[in-house]
Order: sequence, then structure tokens, then C-alpha cells
Amino acid sequence: MFAYYLELGLRSLRRNPALTALMVMAIGFGVAASMTTYSVFRAVSGNPIPDKSAQLFTPLIDNWGPQQNNQGEPPDALDYVDATALMRAHEAKRQTLLYQVQMSVMPGGNRDLPLAANGYAVYGDFFPMFEVPFQYGSGWSTQDDKARSADVVISDELNQKLFGGVDSVGRTINLNGHDYRVVGVTRHWNPKPRFFDLFNTGGFKDASDFYMPYTRALDLKMRSVGSNSCRGKITYTTWEDFLQSNCVWVTAWVELDNPAAVARYRHFLESYAADQQKAGRFAWAPNVRLHDVMQWLDFRQVVPPESRISLLVALGFFVICLVNTIGLLLAKFMRRAGEIGVRRALGASRREIYTQYLIEAGTVGLAGGVLGLLLTAAGVAGVGVLFPPQIAKLAHLDFSLVGLTLLVAILATVLAAFYPAWRAAHVQPAWQLKSN
Amino acid sequence: MNMQIKPILIALRRHKAGTFLIALQIALTLAIVCNALFIIHQRLANLSERSGVDEANVFVIQNQWAGDRTQQQIDAQMQADVLALRQLPGVRDAAPISGGYPLRGGGWDNFVTMTPDQVKPTTDSAVYLGDEHLLDTLGLRLIAGRNFRSDEVHGMGTEQVIIPPVVIVSKALAERLFPDGSALGKSFYAMGSTPSTIIGIVDLLHRQGASQWDKAHAGQSLIWPARLDDVAGTFYVVRAKPGQLAAAMREAPKALYAQSRMRIIDPKDGIQDYAEIRHRVFDSDRGMAILMGIISAVLLAITAAGIVGLTSFWVGQRRKQIGVRRALGATRHDILSYFLTENLLIGIAGVAVGTVLAIGINLWMVTRFEMDRMSMAYVGVGVIVLLLLGQGSVLAPALRASRVSPVEATRSV
Repeated sequence: MFAYYLELGLRSLRRNPALTALMVMAIGFGVAASMTTYSVFRAVSGNPIPDKSAQLFTPLIDNWGPQQNNQGEPPDALDYVDATALMRAHEAKRQTLLYQVQMSVMPGGNRDLPLAANGYAVYGDFFPMFEVPFQYGSGWSTQDDKARSADVVISDELNQKLFGGVDSVGRTINLNGHDYRVVGVTRHWNPKPRFFDLFNTGGFKDASDFYMPYTRALDLKMRSVGSNSCRGKITYTTWEDFLQSNCVWVTAWVELDNPAAVARYRHFLESYAADQQKAGRFAWAPNVRLHDVMQWLDFRQVVPPESRISLLVALGFFVICLVNTIGLLLAKFMRRAGEIGVRRALGASRREIYTQYLIEAGTVGLAGGVLGLLLTAAGVAGVGVLFPPQIAKLAHLDFSLVGLTLLVAILATVLAAFYPAWRAAHVQPAWQLKSN
Repeated sequence: MNMQIKPILIALRRHKAGTFLIALQIALTLAIVCNALFIIHQRLANLSERSGVDEANVFVIQNQWAGDRTQQQIDAQMQADVLALRQLPGVRDAAPISGGYPLRGGGWDNFVTMTPDQVKPTTDSAVYLGDEHLLDTLGLRLIAGRNFRSDEVHGMGTEQVIIPPVVIVSKALAERLFPDGSALGKSFYAMGSTPSTIIGIVDLLHRQGASQWDKAHAGQSLIWPARLDDVAGTFYVVRAKPGQLAAAMREAPKALYAQSRMRIIDPKDGIQDYAEIRHRVFDSDRGMAILMGIISAVLLAITAAGIVGLTSFWVGQRRKQIGVRRALGATRHDILSYFLTENLLIGIAGVAVGTVLAIGINLWMVTRFEMDRMSMAYVGVGVIVLLLLGQGSVLAPALRASRVSPVEATRSV
């Protein structure tokens, strides 16, 4: 019966081509607008590290005080003093500090110009904490952190540029005039959003080229090339003064396996801040935060408002297209009241009429979905016109989006057909037969 | 016309679903189109923000240092670099600029206070650092006071912030700090323990960013006479002679590499003119405007098509009644105006609900996305557009109805 109704449905589509085209276009445009904006929204609002996002936390400590902090919230990063204290306390299973650094790879081989390289100064725990995948070698150990070794982990992209992609572990590269030993080469790794560095980035950047020990970077007095935010008077005139200032530029992350560990760490933060108050460094009560990955993404508003607004507007647009479809389906179905009357008189039940018209609507939905798919493909390809490049290039048409587009189109149309089909099923056979 | 309203209302009661659907569609369309138009207008206003820079002739070089240099070496190299740039035939002037450049999309800003002990800042200002050539290079218009003298410009280390005693400010900052217009010669504090005295005021100098924070402090900028000897790198701004922008952009990196090869100028986006810079900083604004424009246009088209579809169906359904009315003496004009009036009534109901929805959505966006309140003019325009759209779409089916012959009344009875 389903196949027969499907055939009837397809035949009916051809009967009023203008009306059908209108419905198919409404569904197609509606679903395409929603899916194109959704593809962007999906890309920017995803969980970048799903299996660990509830175990990774970024601690914040208010070192600015109630008069200068962010409307009650502590600054979004740590100053050097607090960051160092958290690292020294070692209260979590794993912990790292990090900040953005920029270096140049000196000329060598067949390159006669230096090469720009962007990276992070991190602790050895960074790699297992964030599940950085390695192609060759590995990260460095806690001993290397303490030894302030000149180690470096490079990305596969940089390895490709410098060593043609071979296993370069143990080789030496010269960054800013200093030699570093390659201990690991990552696979392509660029979590989106870049949850671990939302202080310096909006969450979307090209992959990093290298990671070096934080301790080594400090020895070289390497300044963060990311944000640096200060309050009150900026009076430092030396590197040592700068480290003691209230400027925040270091991000900390800790890994905590269970709620008890989280509670313990929170308590530790509170008591650390209380100690600072007792020592006279803070003139205010402890004000600390411990955000996990998803809370941090939400707090830093990683999803651009443009992406949310356009998704909402597109969904509203889709709803209007559906209202439009309800009206048109009503017109289309009721136009065939006579035909329905005959079928009913010949013994078809209301249920059968209902099913037939829902299936017919399904065919409209399918046609709309196919058009929607083509438009979505065009939309995703042209999304660079609508969103900044770093965000636009995240949107892509994959199998799940194709499936979702078709499914949404068909479901939405069938849903829209409930009322028109109900009206069709309630056509009075006697009435129709009489007036014909 | 008035005579017809009552019978129309009675007839509509027999088409509750269709009437409701058209009214709903008009209401929702109005709500979305008003807000979309409002967003478009706001975003376009951002796009046309003036920077104060001579954008047709200015370009920016992002220069990253390679290797390990001391602060003194960097300072010397920067001076040699700008000298080399200024000597290029197509170049009018060149200067180092730090803290970012206008419309870069983010950069250095400091809180500003009137006294050294003030805790709550008076306001916030973008901070640019450059030498005595910066004003001419950017093409800023000095409206009061004087430019920096070369002896006022010093090298400054990144960990060694020495607040300069003199400063040039934008008119917006001057008026914010000294509303009575007496800013020249007065001083303020920009997160330092020593004051800076205003020696010059420029007409317009956009901040680096275009964020909400920048909008709240729009146009408030200051320039310190300093070369920031940043080990990471510096920006150079270059002003080409009129018509020689492209040539100057080609020659500039060559001149810099001739000075020293130990630098990195990204071949892809290391050198950008203001057309590119403006394009980049406002790309999400432009994208939103385009998207809202497309959605509004398609939405209006679909709503119009929907009205055409449903009205055609009604006309088809009522051919017999129309025939009867025609046979009883109704003119073609009567039939036409019947359908137009019917649509107008549905449209009015739709826009009434739509107005409430439009305002509701805007108020929600105000709280949720920090948008501004929408002026009622948008709703007014939207109402007129939708009512006209309704009348326009109903015209073709209504004309068809008016051509129904009285003979139809006698058929198939």
C-alpha cells in the first residue's frame, strides 16, 4: 500500500506543478537556510574534547579585587605569581601552565629566509592532559620541566616543512638563535574551539607549530605574544618587576578525575586565596573559579553572537516556510475533495485517506529535501561570504548533515501535513457526491 | 467598500484555517523582516565607520623579527627600516606603529584617570605608539596643538613601560576628558604614576578594534611618542604618493629585506592595504548584512507566493458563488475589491500580531545579544511593505475572480 500511495503522491505532485514547485521551494529554501547556518553553529559550538571535557578545569583567582575585576568575576587568566604557586602546589593529578609564544626558525638547508612559528610554552603534562596525538616520539617528562631542557615538540606541518615529514625525533632545530632538540612530532592537532587558550584566541586559529617547556621559555624571558591585561598603575621596568605585577597572561589547566578531587581542588584554591589575604597581598576575600571545559567555552562566549542570531533567524524563516506549506497543502488537498468523496464512498477508511495524504506530503518533503540539499551544499560552499574565514572554513557538508537535511525536510513537511490531511480525511462523502 | 466588510468577515469564518495561516505567515514575516532590516542597517553603519586614516594610500607591513636581538639592536633596525621606506620613490612617508593600527581588530588600550590615585577609571583609550612621522603617514588631521618633535620620541622596551610626558589624543578622547573644550595643554594619567600632557589633538583616529568594548569608547585614542622595541616584531605604516600604492607595496618588502634578511614578512598577509584591513575587520558585519538581506528577500517572496497560492484556491472554490453574485448584479470591480478587502483585513490582523512579535523579538535580542533597541520606524516600514505585498499578491487571483462569468452560476447545479 505504501508503494501505491507513494506513486499516487508522485503523480499528484505533477498535477499542479506551480503549487508543488512553490511548496518544494519553500521547504528547500527553509531547510537550506537552517542547515547552512546550523553547519556553522555545529562547528563552533561543539565539544572539542568530549571524553575529558568534564575532567579538565581552568582555575581563576581574583588578583584585582572587587573594584577592578570584571564586574565581580576574576580576570580570565592568572598573573605569574599565582600561576607559579598553583604549579608548585601540585594539587591535581596533572597540571600545566601555558602562554602563547612566537619564534622564528632560522634559515638552513634550502631555505634562505627565516620561517615564522607560533606555539605555546607548556608543561610536560599538557600532552597527556589534552590527549595530543603523536606521530613520532612523545612529549617531555616532569624531569625535563625541572631541568628546563631545550626540548621542543613540533607539529606535523612544521615537520613537513623542515624535515620533509620524516621521523625527526632527536634532530635539532634553531629557534630564535637557540638550538632545541625535537622530542616529538604531533599528528595534525587543532581542537576547535581551542578550549585551552580562550584568553588569547577567540577559539579558532590555525594549528600551532610547536610546544616548548614553559620553564625554558621563562629562562629566555620570552614574553607572551598573546593578551596581557593589567590594572592600576603599570610601573614595571624590568622583566622581574613584570613577573611580580598584577598583569594576567598565564592560563592554567588541571585534570581532576572525580567530584571529590574537584571539591578538594576548589577548597585548595579558596585556602590559597585566603592565605594571600592573610599575607596582605589581597585586600579582599577569596574570589576563585574553577570552570570545566564546557563551562569555560560558555563563559568566554566562544560561539559568536552572529552564529546564534543567524541560526535563530534561519529557523524562524523555516517555520514561516512550514506555515506556508500548511496553507498550500490545505489548498492542494481540499481541491481534491471530490476525489476523496468517491474513495470514501467506495469504502476507504478515514485512516487510509489520512495515510495517503501524509505520504503524499512526504514526497513533497523529499523533493524539498533534495532541493534543500543542493542549496545547503551551495550555502556551505559560499559560507565564506557570510562568516569570517577562520569560522567559515569549519563548516562542511558531511554525511550526517546530508542525512539531517533530508530527514528534517521530510519530517517537517509530514508534520505540516497533519492538519491538511486530517481535513481531507474528514471530507463528507455524501456532500461531495451530491454536488458533483 | 465599508458595506462589504461584514459579509467578508462572515465568509472568512468559513475559512478559519486558511485565514489563520495567512495571518500567521504575515505576522511571522513581519517580525523577522523588521529585525533583519534593523540588523542590516546597524551592520552597514559599522561598515561605513570612518577611521581618520588616508585609506586610499596607506598600507601596513607586519614585520616579525627573526633571531635573538637585543632591545638596542631592534631600536636601531627600526630606525634604519623606516628611513629606507621613506626613501622609496613611491612613498610619501613611513613610520613604525605599535599597539596595533586603526581597524586592526584589537590591540593595546589603557584605562585613563584624571588623578594618579583614582581607582575607578574615567574612561578607556586605545594606545598607539609611533614617531613624529606617524601623523603624516596615517594622514591624520591635527586640529589643535602640534606634532611630536623628534627629540620627544624614544625607544621603549616591552617590560619597561615609561609613560611619555607628552601625548597626542583624538578629539573624541579630548572631549570625553575635558568636555569644556580646554583639553590642549591639560594632562591625564594612562595607568602610569606620571601624567601625560596633551600637546596635540587629531580630528579622528579609530581604535584598533570594532568590538562592543570599542564601541562603548568609540574614537577614543591616544598616541605616545615612542618606538616599542618588541622582540616579537613591529608594524610599519607606509603612505604612498597618490596613485602609487601598488608600486609602493611591491617595493617596500624588497627595501626591508635589503636592510636585513633576519625578519619575516608573511607573503600571504604580511602586507595589507586599507581595503583589505577594512574588509577583514568588518567581515562578520558584512556577512550578517548579506545573510539577513537574502533571508528577508526570500521570505517576502515565499510569503507573497503563499498568499497567491491560497487565494487562488479560494477563488477556485468560490467560482460558483462569484458567478451567482455576478448574475445578481455585482460588477467586476465589486468582486475585485471583495478579494482585496478580504486580504487587507487578514493583513491588518497579521501585522497587528506581527508588530507585537517584532518588538518582542527585538527586546529579547537586546537582553540576549546586547543589541540596541529597534526604532519603531522599522516596524512602520515593515507593516507598509507587508500590506502592499499582500495586496500585490492577491491582485492576480482577484483579477481572475473578477473575470468569472455570471454563466458559472448556472453550471453543474
